[in-house]
Amino acid sequence: MRIYITSVFVDDQEKALRFYTDVLGFEKKHDIPMGEARWLTLVSPDAPDGTELLLEPSGHPAVPPYKTALVQDGIPAASFAVDDVRAEYDRLRELGAEFTQEPLEMGGVTTAVLDDTCGNLIQIVQGA
Amino acid sequence: MAEDVFKALADPTRRRILDELAERNGQTLFEICARLVTKHGLSLSRQAISQHLAVLESAGLVVSRRQGRYKFHDLNTEPLEHIVTRWLSPEPPESTP
Repeated sequence: MRIYITSVFVDDQEKALRFYTDVLGFEKKHDIPMGEARWLTLVSPDAPDGTELLLEPSGHPAVPPYKTALVQDGIPAASFAVDDVRAEYDRLRELGAEFTQEPLEMGGVTTAVLDDTCGNLIQIVQGA
Repeated sequence: MAEDVFKALADPTRRRILDELAERNGQTLFEICARLVTKHGLSLSRQAISQHLAVLESAGLVVSRRQGRYKFHDLNTEPLEHIVTRWLSPEPPESTP
């Protein structure tokens, strides 16, 4: 068994697509109209055939309170691996990203947490 | 108030939380939990950490602040100053015989 897709609930798919591609640097893989929403997935440019990230609409009534509670306590909805957390922190802040946790070294692993502008926090991890 | 401060400081986990906030203010609950686990091997539930934070807050040692949709915790050392100065008052002048 392998992980084929993982998902984040986004408030606005179009806005999410822009943030996850223009700012975070992912690439669009599938964009299929499904009624009001889209089947919208992304991949890393380093692994175009790797695990896809689904930008899933937040329409279900259970989703907004779930997201609000996680964000308030600083809990990330997803975690992405990077080569250099501090360099990414500087790069993303230049692009206007807001962090709720600055780079933190924790026994060989460095992490930071940022806002994806679509209702989620995203963790970036180095050395995992 | 001083009683609350002593009670809050009596617990080792709460002292660790203050240590970590002294290193960096403005931490989310998530960051505090992550620091306690990875740096001190204290794997408590988030709910337990929340309760410890509530004790520290009621003693005035931690102040939580809402910023937009986030909630950050800051260290407040003011209550400690009252404790320290309590026994560090200047010596009374020597009485003349």
